[in-house]
Amino acid sequence: MTCALILQTPERLVHLSKIDLAIIAIYFLAVLCIGFYLKRFAQSGEDFFLAGREMTAWVAGLSFLSANLGSLELLGWAGSSYQYGILAVHWYWIGAIPAMLFLAIVMMPFYYISKTHSVPGYLQLRYGKAASGLSAVSFALMTILMSGVNMFAMAKVMQVVLGWNIHFSIWISSLTVGIYVASGGLFSAIFNEVLQFFLIWFGALLIPILGLIETGGWKGMVARIQQNFPGQDYTHAWSTLGRFSNNPMGMHWTGIVFGLAAVISMGYWTTDFLVVQRVLSAKDLRSAKLAPIIGSYFKMAVPLIVIVPGLLGLAVLHEHLVPESALQPGQHSYNEVLPLMLARYCGPGLMGLGVTALVAGFMAGMAGNVSAFATVWTYDIYRPFLRKAASDHHYVSMGRWCTIIGLFISIGTAYVVMGFASIMDYVQALFSFFIAPLFGTVLLGMLWKRATPAGGFFGLLAGTSTAVGIFLSMKLNPNLIAVFALSPLAKGLAQDMYQALWSWLVCVIVTIAVSLATAPKPASELTGLVYGLTPIPKEEGVPLFHRPIFWAAVAFALFLILQIVFR
Amino acid sequence: MSERHHIIPVWFFVGLLLLIYGALILYSGIVEWRNPPPTILSNLHAPVWWGGIMVVLGIVYVRMFRPRRHA
Repeated sequence: MTCALILQTPERLVHLSKIDLAIIAIYFLAVLCIGFYLKRFAQSGEDFFLAGREMTAWVAGLSFLSANLGSLELLGWAGSSYQYGILAVHWYWIGAIPAMLFLAIVMMPFYYISKTHSVPGYLQLRYGKAASGLSAVSFALMTILMSGVNMFAMAKVMQVVLGWNIHFSIWISSLTVGIYVASGGLFSAIFNEVLQFFLIWFGALLIPILGLIETGGWKGMVARIQQNFPGQDYTHAWSTLGRFSNNPMGMHWTGIVFGLAAVISMGYWTTDFLVVQRVLSAKDLRSAKLAPIIGSYFKMAVPLIVIVPGLLGLAVLHEHLVPESALQPGQHSYNEVLPLMLARYCGPGLMGLGVTALVAGFMAGMAGNVSAFATVWTYDIYRPFLRKAASDHHYVSMGRWCTIIGLFISIGTAYVVMGFASIMDYVQALFSFFIAPLFGTVLLGMLWKRATPAGGFFGLLAGTSTAVGIFLSMKLNPNLIAVFALSPLAKGLAQDMYQALWSWLVCVIVTIAVSLATAPKPASELTGLVYGLTPIPKEEGVPLFHRPIFWAAVAFALFLILQIVFR
Repeated sequence: MSERHHIIPVWFFVGLLLLIYGALILYSGIVEWRNPPPTILSNLHAPVWWGGIMVVLGIVYVRMFRPRRHA
């Protein structure tokens, strides 16, 4: 009781009992113990930064998915589904599944066979130091800033939902993450992500189960939504995308297909090192190919615990939630729909599990950011540019120190964001913009042997500059939204789609133009890096059920069925 | 999961956590059986069956992936 009084203030969305606090405390204790246990195994560079490259397909696959299944993601997309309805599901299906399967079948062989430790590492092998350095610096900077932004967001959520002191949340969670990642490196991060995966499912799955029982099933839920919000379509994923004005997102199907599916999601799932690092830890090529495919099946199911609770909120909550910007005392924002639903159905014990799932999601996200930062800093910035020939032990020490230093920078960022909240939107938006041109650079590097080092560097630079330029132009002059996003009605998410599309196109065009004007690398230097020059192991003689391509085809068929059912 | 390092599989830790959490949730469900909390559908006693499922799954994982001596 005393403990509860120290941690909590009277204003909070949910109340925790002793058993809930015990469940949260056990989680912190468990991850610290696991971190200390794993320290003895993370001695070499490959162990610390790539978990020894010995993870099974299942561990790598769940970790790959969990790196993307953070709590901000859960709370934010549950809020988006309350705001926009089932349209939010596109970020889980067409905005993820094709890209995950593309990574598995097309791109993973090049990443894995080249034995690279990171995405900038691949760029160094393929294009040289300039493109790799640009990518590494932008990734390291944005990752650590994102970590700070996430840290602040977590502390803010904990303050609103649980009434916890904001400084308490920041310092306790950061120190815990710092200790266990600095101890066990990527081993710790992956173990924690797998634990988080189970916690999130067990913590959140009761909401759709009990919610659908309360509403009398899917049809009952749809009927209640129509009753609460007459004249608005919240339950069709495709039929309202014919015009920008037909849906609350201000979205057109071209933005979803060409912006989200073809560029943003491809860029995120195939070149964001935070997620790709998990797959690189797989023990062999077959496991590395299977990992994203396994992840894709669970990704298709995630809307059950994210989108359905948002829709249930539309159906069963008596109050109408509002945007964060229009929040008045006594009201709740869209982003609070998941905690509200948790409080609606979960009593003592289950509430603790749900809150632990959120805390685990935040901490796993932080761990993912700092472990990826430590790898990219050590291998792609420190080693090539600052200290070329040091011992493996030296680089592992650098990785451990980087983890701690990275966390302190993140804490600093969190406090800066606390003072200037609008920075948060900019950092989050900018991060996604680096990804789209990077996808163009990596894709051309893998599939087109004529792409040259100069082409790769200038293409990436031009694409990134275009992304930042379009973003700032639309912020400073809203009239330009109609130019870049094709309609003045395009809202934030729709603008992101078109920004990504243009920056990717600029990157590809500049890369091709500069490559054609400069001398290509000799074929002997491209072996193992480019399509046509890389011997990919055949799967002849392997039973059909053991082939990644078979399970990828099944996943794609399921994905298509879901599109038709929820069209 | 790790032939070279002989690390205890992550599934063992998953099972242990599910077992402990399941037992705590099951216990709270039994304690509040006659006087359930003021949540929607509390008459379904979700903590009892949800906690029970977690306990069973936890036992299965712990037994299947418990640390063994290596030859």
